[in-house]
Amino acid sequence: MSVTYLEAIREAQAYLLEHDSRVYIYGQDVGAFGGAFKATKNLAQRFPERVIDAPISEDAMIGSAVGAAIEGMRPIIEIQFADFSTVGFNQVVNQAATLFWRTETPCPITLRLPSGGTSGGGPFHSQCLESIYAHFPGLVVCTPATVEDAYSMLIESVTLDDPVIFCEHKYLYFHLKAPNLPKDALPIGKARIARAGRDCTIVTYSAMLHECLEAAEELSGEGIELEVVDLRTVKPMDTDTIIASVARTGRLLCAAEGWPWGGVNAEVISRVVAEGFNLLDAPPQRINAKDTPIPYHPKLWSVHRPAAASIIAAARNLLRS
Amino acid sequence: MDQSRVIKAYRWMLLARTLDERLAQLYRAGQIFGGVFLGKGQEALSVSIGMSLQRHDVFAPLIRDGAGRLAFGETPLDALRTCLGSPLGPMRARDGNVHRGKPKEGYLPMISHLGASISVVNGALMAKRMKGEKHFVGAASIGDGATSTGAFHEALNQAAIERLPLVLVVANNQFAYSTPVASQFACQNLGDRAIGYGVRAHTLDGTDLKSCLEGMREASDLARDGDGPQLVIADLLRLCGHGEHDDAHYVSDSLKASVLGTDCMQLAEQWLREAYAIKSEEFNLWKEEALKEINEGIEQVQGEGSPDPYHHPWKSLFTRELCEHV
Repeated sequence: MSVTYLEAIREAQAYLLEHDSRVYIYGQDVGAFGGAFKATKNLAQRFPERVIDAPISEDAMIGSAVGAAIEGMRPIIEIQFADFSTVGFNQVVNQAATLFWRTETPCPITLRLPSGGTSGGGPFHSQCLESIYAHFPGLVVCTPATVEDAYSMLIESVTLDDPVIFCEHKYLYFHLKAPNLPKDALPIGKARIARAGRDCTIVTYSAMLHECLEAAEELSGEGIELEVVDLRTVKPMDTDTIIASVARTGRLLCAAEGWPWGGVNAEVISRVVAEGFNLLDAPPQRINAKDTPIPYHPKLWSVHRPAAASIIAAARNLLRS
Repeated sequence: MDQSRVIKAYRWMLLARTLDERLAQLYRAGQIFGGVFLGKGQEALSVSIGMSLQRHDVFAPLIRDGAGRLAFGETPLDALRTCLGSPLGPMRARDGNVHRGKPKEGYLPMISHLGASISVVNGALMAKRMKGEKHFVGAASIGDGATSTGAFHEALNQAAIERLPLVLVVANNQFAYSTPVASQFACQNLGDRAIGYGVRAHTLDGTDLKSCLEGMREASDLARDGDGPQLVIADLLRLCGHGEHDDAHYVSDSLKASVLGTDCMQLAEQWLREAYAIKSEEFNLWKEEALKEINEGIEQVQGEGSPDPYHHPWKSLFTRELCEHV
């Protein structure tokens, strides 16, 4: 018996629909069809009133979620691909994210964003948009990297009285498996030491966690021990856990699949430099996707985003400095 | 039409016009932060929206809905608190002028992005339906400019698919800021769009209180009784600039002199005189009472102080422990 990352997301939604009558799911093809990735498979059959097909209208989908949240519901909006959320961007950053600040009315909505690259995905089915949402005050941005976190963080996201951007990684949907669903979990806002090590800290999240762990395994064979920090939540960012790790290793490498400019990596480095400059034995480094749109061909794509090999190269460079 | 209803409508229009005029004076005296945006010329339509709604309904007013806000239950004091930046107002000085509301009471505070409130109303209506509530409607106000947005299209289509009791009211006031309707849409009549969405259209004379009261009541009754979304188009002319910073020199004299340029306040007064035999003394008394209420409100709000930025809870999340401390 094992459960995939995608099944964990489906099970979390089933649990929420079962236990909270305020929860509903709204998105394209989520009903009888079960969603483009089958994240809502069979849920419409069990909860026909609360798993609702939406027109191709991201702006209206997200706007309606805000209205429903005001009325006390807890909508989960499935955006078919994170890339398409930009059509509803205004409703996220100006309507949902400002509501509590402006009116003291909570806005408990969860936007599920199937994020990140898969082979052949191309420029418009591969984006990682966590950095751009994290830029705006009033949003919580989750980036689960494990089956356990996909399950527990989705449940916690819907339970929170704030808007949550839930960036679930498509690359992990089918490949990543766990023996079973978790019984307990770290809360949103806490990072996790995914692997302990003494030589260099790698701060990462989402699918890049697994590339970093692979890199760490390989370097371990050479006697180099990387400490891997899984952010879990990019906003709020658990600066304490990052700084504590850098205090142990003296070196920082940040690995993210998103673009470099103003991204999560840049934020991590900014914080470590500002708050822990004297802990660093070498200039901190980052590794991101290349600053181009995401390529279609698997050969181009494999080099466009960071992967174990490029992370190893970056770590070696950093350890030499 | 019942006399007391017409008088009530007129007095809210008057209160809104008086509030606007005093806000314009305060703006010119440099006593207002940011802009001032008036509803001059739109009071008949706006008050009719507010009066077509009930306490458990939802209302997303727009920039020129002072009268409708009052009719829906906003107090002049809360309007003034927001416009003058009082920390005691519903927006606690965090947002100003027309950006005010009380979401938990179904009174949605507009953002500046036009058309963006419509789907929020839709969501509130979907929620009410899921909760098993009955006989509710939601009204969203927009202008001709907002009909050009994607948000308008998405939301009206969404409401039609879900067959929501949405009343979408377009104040076709001839200008979006300085852009005339000829540069905003190419159809003959905005109401013609309704068939494309599968909703019913209503066309009103936005300068005429009687037309507005009747039309809005009919539209909201239809929506309430299960007829689905209603698209209301009211033709009128904005009798002021976009805001008080704008002298609206681009509005031609011929347009001002046309039927569209009729001041709905004057037309309503004439109707009350002719159909209900209201005398000048009563109008004068109402005007005095309106001015007194607004002036007392201004005095009170000006004594309420300003927000303290050093002891302000700078938190953008309900969940305090998840707020960033950078």
